[in-house]
Amino acid sequence: MRTLFRFHGGVHPPEHKLESSGLPSARAPLPGLLVLPLQQHIGAKPKTLVQAGDRVLKGQLLARAEGNLSAGIHAPTSGTVLSVGTRAVPHPSGMEDLCITIAPDGEDQWAQHAPFDYLAMPKEELLTRLRDGGIVGLGGATFPTHVKFAAAPVHTLVLNGAECEPWITTDDRLMRERAAEIVQGIEILRHLVNPAETVIGIEDNKPEAIAAMREACANTGIEVAVVPTLYPTGGEKQLVKILTGKEVPSGGRPFNIGVTCGNVATAYAVHRLVHHGEPMISRMVTVTGAVKTPQNFEVLLGTPISELVQLAGGALPGADGYILGGPMMGLHVGDDRLPIVKGTNCVIVKSPQLFPPQPPALPCIRCTRCAQACPADLQPQELYWFAKARDFGRAQEYNLFDCIECGACAYVCPSHIPLVQYYRYAKGEIWAREKEKNAADAARVRHEFRLERMERDKREKAEKLAQKEKAALAQSAQAAADPAPGGGAAQAPAATSEIIAAAAERARQHAAHAQPKNTGNLTPEQQAEIADIEARRAHIREIAHKPTESRPTESRPTESRKE
Amino acid sequence: MLAALYVMAGIAIALGAMLGFFAIKFRVEGNPLVDKIDAVLPQTQCGQCGYPGCKPYATAIANGEADINRCPPGGEDGIRKLAELLGVEFKPFGEGTAQPKPKAVAFIDENICIGCTLCTQACPVDAISGAAKQMHTIIEPLCTGCELCVAPCPVDCISMEPLPQTIQGWKWQYPVFTLKQAA
Repeated sequence: MRTLFRFHGGVHPPEHKLESSGLPSARAPLPGLLVLPLQQHIGAKPKTLVQAGDRVLKGQLLARAEGNLSAGIHAPTSGTVLSVGTRAVPHPSGMEDLCITIAPDGEDQWAQHAPFDYLAMPKEELLTRLRDGGIVGLGGATFPTHVKFAAAPVHTLVLNGAECEPWITTDDRLMRERAAEIVQGIEILRHLVNPAETVIGIEDNKPEAIAAMREACANTGIEVAVVPTLYPTGGEKQLVKILTGKEVPSGGRPFNIGVTCGNVATAYAVHRLVHHGEPMISRMVTVTGAVKTPQNFEVLLGTPISELVQLAGGALPGADGYILGGPMMGLHVGDDRLPIVKGTNCVIVKSPQLFPPQPPALPCIRCTRCAQACPADLQPQELYWFAKARDFGRAQEYNLFDCIECGACAYVCPSHIPLVQYYRYAKGEIWAREKEKNAADAARVRHEFRLERMERDKREKAEKLAQKEKAALAQSAQAAADPAPGGGAAQAPAATSEIIAAAAERARQHAAHAQPKNTGNLTPEQQAEIADIEARRAHIREIAHKPTESRPTESRPTESRKE
Repeated sequence: MLAALYVMAGIAIALGAMLGFFAIKFRVEGNPLVDKIDAVLPQTQCGQCGYPGCKPYATAIANGEADINRCPPGGEDGIRKLAELLGVEFKPFGEGTAQPKPKAVAFIDENICIGCTLCTQACPVDAISGAAKQMHTIIEPLCTGCELCVAPCPVDCISMEPLPQTIQGWKWQYPVFTLKQAA
């Protein structure tokens, strides 16, 4: 039996898990349209490989990972690419971003795919395949998995099955229904980081999932640890603290203390990729809240929210919006055409009965209940004052960037102050200022280098000139010293003029022989284009030569007006 | 009595020698205030302040020759930072002088460019690529939006394009609450 530890703070919001955890998960049918945002993970936007009109097969790579901190995007089903362009994406700004839109053809025809033997390949290749397979952390943060599991050495591998946010039951259902597959995925992750111990942390409000995982983990050396239900136990740093007693240092990651943490759903996705050759094209999503029959669905990425809500029996009267994710940290949106992305674990249909509007914020009364609730051991009230006063330096001194934005402080605040919003504002401002500062520093370096280069050019030119003058002086001195001045002085200029004439001749010959390399074998269209450009150039030259004539005609009217 | 005098004089001479030595050894080159001011300026090198670059403007401020409200790219935020650094009052942008504009980058219409290289010579941060009689292009991430390349172009093919608001550049706004009027 493992000794469990406590993290500071935490809150107990109403769980609302039973609504959706009772029914077995179902596979959502093919939607009418799939919208795949390119930015579905933390890191660089992948590079598009398809264009409008292309026919794509299920599992085909649509966008290639760009750089290391990135992940691929794949076609969730076979069909035709309708467009590659900007569309509304699930983002707090409500702005549009680059998306690939696919019209499914209904055949669901797979591209070529095959399982592979991960034990027979070097770890680097397995990591590359995870990246190209589009595997990212499915707990909500969508950090590319291959980056997380490239870290070594690691003594503890923590699998996160806590699922502490209210309403969400995807991991619960996944662990109940697909425990064996999750364990197979965990084995692959264990192979990658080779930990001394592997622990799955599950909150004690999921007895069925715990039983299923215990059964699947028998004789594998993987331990299932039951942790008390408390929000935010599922936070990476909090779960690591509970299971190992070690605290992730300020500004650090679990890797800094020899721990790596991954979600159970991520392990399942890794299993699908390795043992079935299937990239990340679908995920489990809880549809709950003000709907007729809350349930979990295996959903193709890119499916619009509206189709999921219909699957769950439709929204109840009075529904007025959606939360993507849980009520504590989720994203509030109003548009039901937004697609499900890799990080969407839950769709909650909002209604005023379930989520009454927040009463207006009152002044802070300095009760410090937020500090008691903060799981990151921060002083939320101080951070709030600094963020409100735009004193970002002080906010950083009070470790603003260790805030995990869990919302526990705002949940307990008796004045209903939207504290997290202030912290996000402060973080955004600090990042923007840092970016500006870096850009200014880079510009300064480039400007100084340019000044130095110009100075150097000037110096070199002067040196060359001085040398030439010196050489000429020496020559004339020599000529003067020559015992036969009549012949010598006349000879030298003759020699120079000969050299110049020879050089000019060489250049002429070179020009006659040289052929521009890109003007041969032109198609008539290209020739027409060239002629067109030449005509434009001629026209511009004409304009450029004319200004002396045109300017007076322009200025004349003003002169006459003055008169 | 005499011994005490000798001791005091000895200490004074020793300390004086030390002070003199360290004054030479740890001499500060240049004016550190200029570098501090230069670090606050936005480094567009645009010359809108009337000086040929950010460093000359910083030097002029340090010498008390220039006002702190001459840098439009720095915005009012920049003036505030300068005021704080120098311990003087905040001063808004003067009327009739250059005013701050939304951030923009230069754009070369490649169909019109004749490859005269005048803009590359004008660019203070080497953000234009091109050679004689070849098409020129702005390297957008390096462009500071100083507009110095616009005037020299003989065919007017350079325009300033305001930077669009993108989802990557978006940031959370300061929380604002609308007050409902009590009935």
